[in-house]
Amino acid sequence: MKIHEYQAKAILARFGVPVPQGEVASTPDEAADAAHRIGGAVVVKAQIHAGGRGKGGGVKLAAGRDEAAEIARKMLGMTLVTPQTGPEGRVVQRVLVEQTLPIERELYLGIVLDRAQAKPVLMASAAGGMEIEEVAAKTPEKILKETIEPGFSLMPYQARKLAFGIGVPAPCVNAAAAAMTALARAYEAVDASLAEINPFVITKDGKVFALDAKINLDDNALYRHKDLAELRDLNEEDPLEVDASRFGLNYIKLDGNVGCMVNGAGLAMATMDIIKHAGGNPANFLDVGGGASAEQIKNAFRILLSDKNVRAVLINIFGGILRCDTLATGVVAAAHELKVAVPIVVRMEGTNVEEGRRILKDSGLNFAVADGMRDAAEKVVRLAQ
Amino acid sequence: MSILVNESTRVLVQGITGREATFHTQQCLAYGTKIVGGTSPGKGGTKHLDLPVFNTVSDAVAATGANASVIFVPPAFAADAIMEAASADLEVVVCITEGIPTLDMVKVWRYLEGRRTRLIGPNCPGITSPGKCKIGIMPGHIHQAGHVGVVSRSGTLTYEAVQQLTQLGIGQSTCMGIGGDPIIGTNFIDAIRLFNEDPDTHAIVMIGEIGGNAEETAAAFVKANVKKPVIGFVAGQTAPPGRRMGHAGAIISGGSGKAADKIKAMEEAGITVCATPAEIGEKVKSRL
Repeated sequence: MKIHEYQAKAILARFGVPVPQGEVASTPDEAADAAHRIGGAVVVKAQIHAGGRGKGGGVKLAAGRDEAAEIARKMLGMTLVTPQTGPEGRVVQRVLVEQTLPIERELYLGIVLDRAQAKPVLMASAAGGMEIEEVAAKTPEKILKETIEPGFSLMPYQARKLAFGIGVPAPCVNAAAAAMTALARAYEAVDASLAEINPFVITKDGKVFALDAKINLDDNALYRHKDLAELRDLNEEDPLEVDASRFGLNYIKLDGNVGCMVNGAGLAMATMDIIKHAGGNPANFLDVGGGASAEQIKNAFRILLSDKNVRAVLINIFGGILRCDTLATGVVAAAHELKVAVPIVVRMEGTNVEEGRRILKDSGLNFAVADGMRDAAEKVVRLAQ
Repeated sequence: MSILVNESTRVLVQGITGREATFHTQQCLAYGTKIVGGTSPGKGGTKHLDLPVFNTVSDAVAATGANASVIFVPPAFAADAIMEAASADLEVVVCITEGIPTLDMVKVWRYLEGRRTRLIGPNCPGITSPGKCKIGIMPGHIHQAGHVGVVSRSGTLTYEAVQQLTQLGIGQSTCMGIGGDPIIGTNFIDAIRLFNEDPDTHAIVMIGEIGGNAEETAAAFVKANVKKPVIGFVAGQTAPPGRRMGHAGAIISGGSGKAADKIKAMEEAGITVCATPAEIGEKVKSRL
């Protein structure tokens, strides 16, 4: 789960990472008051779940209270398009008003899981402010890494090693190392899947700050962080995806016109791939899971059909545990109830497949039954054209 | 022959009294798997499905001589269940549970270091040596005994591949789903090494997906060590970056984990990569 910059900074501050003084505002008046309390020049930052905000006009300097209000008035409600939002952009609902800092150097700190080692690693780089992927691709030698051992967290010597390694001036090394160990503690305590400070800045007066921060949380661990689960911002998600998540369905909206309903994540991805291979474009990823109920099948159907681009639907089920007759019954009921108008291609294999095919045939509905995945993909792509 | 599990494997079911566990225990028994008992803390001394239930794995091992287990406990308790199984020195532990927090698995991985236990999963369908032993949730009837080893990060794609093989009359030595999570116990290299050393496995099918670089490292291993034909597929060629495609581990992040890179690495290693999952069976046939 993604959270906003201001929320990530609040978490980091709780663990002892220095962050600039700042307040979140959802109206121009609130922004003005925040600027007044902070005093002096401030920076106004749009809060959306995407990076590259500066390039899209989502980060602006204000000399004081009035200008902060003026900027907030323009920014709030605007659709911000950045390299990471896609062309549709995101509507700005809140801004973060922060003190400005006399920046001397910009560095990078980030913790991710190293899958091969099965341990988190802290990556540090002197190239702050840049996308770490870009640094990794062009100058991998500029990224230093320390493994975080389970049970030990990041040890101070590791933090110092990184700090010296990325050229933190000696008088600032202890402060930088303390921020790194605090970042690691935060990562572990909140069950993050990513915790990134970019840039991590050193000011002209020798202080360190998290100037920007990004934390992604492990969805699987949210059950033990009820307070953090509440930080979910539904405005940042596609409405159909939000709807699907309420029924325990894994749905991701895409921009094609072939709707798909599949059981199993791997098969669902492979179904998208084979649609593309047959010359079509998938409208979505949808994994109904291994033990979908008739109710879930119905909701899955409803959700994928509410995408107005969908011209045809492919149902691809390998009934292992989910029996084909159960699925067919659910699909027929849903198709009747939802008065489905688009053509549907069904490919079923596995347990009770004969019974399932009979139910579809006897339903009086317009199902095309496919023989194998290739046939299914070719049929559905033809129907969608 | 087969790898890891066979007709003499004695299996415990951890969390045996749950709904899913009950159903799948029955299915495994019907397949012929030697299930010797189960655990359910607080229900020790009772019977379930006519099998003895124990409070702890060590009690169960002492009483039944089990050497493997399958875990059906909820995600919040699954990491603990894996460590309990490893503490009792079980040889093979299959964890079906989906949704274990990643940092719990970081701990588990560390706990398993230096122990004899091989973990399969979590978030996997399990392992089957056709005609001998099925541990997990895969439909038993699609399998046929033979000489192709199958290893996959996805459950339903494993079934897809196995069914295609069986329909072409090509049997399997062992089929295993290694799981869709970012941290898993047995990876492609572990599985491929075992298949490579098994004289009765004549060809290997590996089914990968987007996320991480396990396919790339496995490809390097194949290139250096494997003479048997390897046939592969990678799911997620059309997946958008930055989105988790159902599996916790299936995500393209920061330009890494892309299907195209995996396919390239696999092809360079001499692996026959299928363009679509529909041709896995045919490609295996062409290389046998």
